[in-house]
Amino acid sequence: MAAGSRKSKTIEIFALGNEAVVEGALIAGCTFYAGYPITPSTEIAEEMASRLPHLRGGVFIQMEDEIAGLGAVIGASLAGRKAMTATSGPGFSLMQEHIGYACLTEVPLVLVNVMRAGPSTGMPTNPAQGDVQQARWGTHGDHPIIVLSASDVQECLRMTVTAFNYAEKYRTPVILLLDEVTAHTREKISLPDPEDINIYTRLTPSMPPEWYMPYEDNMRGVASMPPLGSGYRYHVTGLIHDDHGYPTSNPMEVEQIMYRLFRKIDQFFYDIQMVDEILCQDAEICVIAYGCVARSAELAVQQAREQGVRAGLLKLKTLFPFPRPAVEKMLRQCSSILVPEMNMGQMSREIKRVNNGQSKILTLNRVDGQIITPGQILIKILKG
Amino acid sequence: MSNDPHLDRFEVRLSGLGGQGILTLGRIMGQALALDHGYAVTQTQSYGPEARGGASRCDLVISTGRISYPKTISLDLLVALSQEACNKYFSDLKPDGFLLVDTSLVSQTPTNIYWGLPFTTMAQKVGLVQTTNIVALGALTHFISFMRATSVRKSLREILPRKIVDINLKAFNAGFNRAKKEYPEAPEKWKFS
Repeated sequence: MAAGSRKSKTIEIFALGNEAVVEGALIAGCTFYAGYPITPSTEIAEEMASRLPHLRGGVFIQMEDEIAGLGAVIGASLAGRKAMTATSGPGFSLMQEHIGYACLTEVPLVLVNVMRAGPSTGMPTNPAQGDVQQARWGTHGDHPIIVLSASDVQECLRMTVTAFNYAEKYRTPVILLLDEVTAHTREKISLPDPEDINIYTRLTPSMPPEWYMPYEDNMRGVASMPPLGSGYRYHVTGLIHDDHGYPTSNPMEVEQIMYRLFRKIDQFFYDIQMVDEILCQDAEICVIAYGCVARSAELAVQQAREQGVRAGLLKLKTLFPFPRPAVEKMLRQCSSILVPEMNMGQMSREIKRVNNGQSKILTLNRVDGQIITPGQILIKILKG
Repeated sequence: MSNDPHLDRFEVRLSGLGGQGILTLGRIMGQALALDHGYAVTQTQSYGPEARGGASRCDLVISTGRISYPKTISLDLLVALSQEACNKYFSDLKPDGFLLVDTSLVSQTPTNIYWGLPFTTMAQKVGLVQTTNIVALGALTHFISFMRATSVRKSLREILPRKIVDINLKAFNAGFNRAKKEYPEAPEKWKFS
């Protein structure tokens, strides 16, 4: 062993995807959870309710509904906490207005949406991936947002930590999309030593309070953020505001804030874009998948390779901002692209959008509340 | 852990009615195999919206290597604790897969080649009908020869609340010994291992 290296302490546990989200959140430093439990995300609330009160300053609140849940999270985050909530389809719809508020007021928070089948109440215990475009465009108005996904239990933990890091770094809400299969699968995971992973915490201002401007532009496009009540007085509003936080409709100021909101995410695209390339180097047909379907696709790709078809898998871990460079590379390289997803084609339309006729796009959609099986994907790969 | 036999996707389905403790059974078994034995295990579940009475099932995939697809494809072992579950999932069994049923609740089996023990009646004899799942776990520990009884007992102690551990260990032993007595010829080695 090299000098100065130490044995990292890892603990192995057998946990649900939902439990892994909680572990990840606690490692990232989350001390506040407010929400309304809903299948299939209930275990997140349960586990938070039993763990947070034992932490120093930890707060768990069950609110009257999801609207209030996200409202409380925004408040806690403004007061300096790392805060999160979790929900599923119906609750996610209720939260949309507050997501927009958090985008414009630049409040860091993490929202876990465990997708379940169907519009409205749908099928509470069945999986789907129908909230992908809602996560991107659910709240009104032009807004940037970061949407992540996870496909296995270890990744649930890792992506939750990443979600908190992005939220704090870019002062934006981050949505973590899971599905019922990922959330309700138990697997062995290793809990990383908190010292081994990079945890990002928002910058607090160092200037005197009277100099502080809450929405001031800088190189990163992200202003520092003091906890409310620490002597820095500022105005938080959902109206378009100027650098000081007061409402404005001056076209120049409005343009400035809107451009900055997008720029702060766009210019760090290289940091945010995360994909896994599996057997992609020499692939002729590429499967692009995310969430639990990526695991089916992985087995299908292996089986296709055994039959002599040069297949590969591009697993999307960042869904939005859309990882265009990684996808375009596969579009140029492969003769056909297969996009299996458990919705009517919400991600395949993004891929078609950037395709420009470079490759043939095949889709495989399943909306009956069951996971797409490796067999279904394999048949589609072999047909080409 | 090096003496664990090599497994390539050994698939088990535990099925029955909501409230029988199917998910707890799967969790104890999964934890024993994942943490104590060192296999890669995925445990998935499927249940209806109702808390009690609906169909409930818990699938385990056990493998020496990494598991990509977490759900089952074709079963090596099906455990049915209700007639409905037995009828519904029998067709998912591999041609040479095994069927284990609770003979106190399953009166008609789709095949003559099966293992059967009256888990519910045995649990009543132990003194608590809620231990049906653990009686079944005891029997499973005998049938699945690569699963060590010590590992299962350890994971049972870790998962169940302390005040009910004793009666459940009693139930576990009842199931284990009864299975050993009635089916001494349980497979020493499964075909693929």
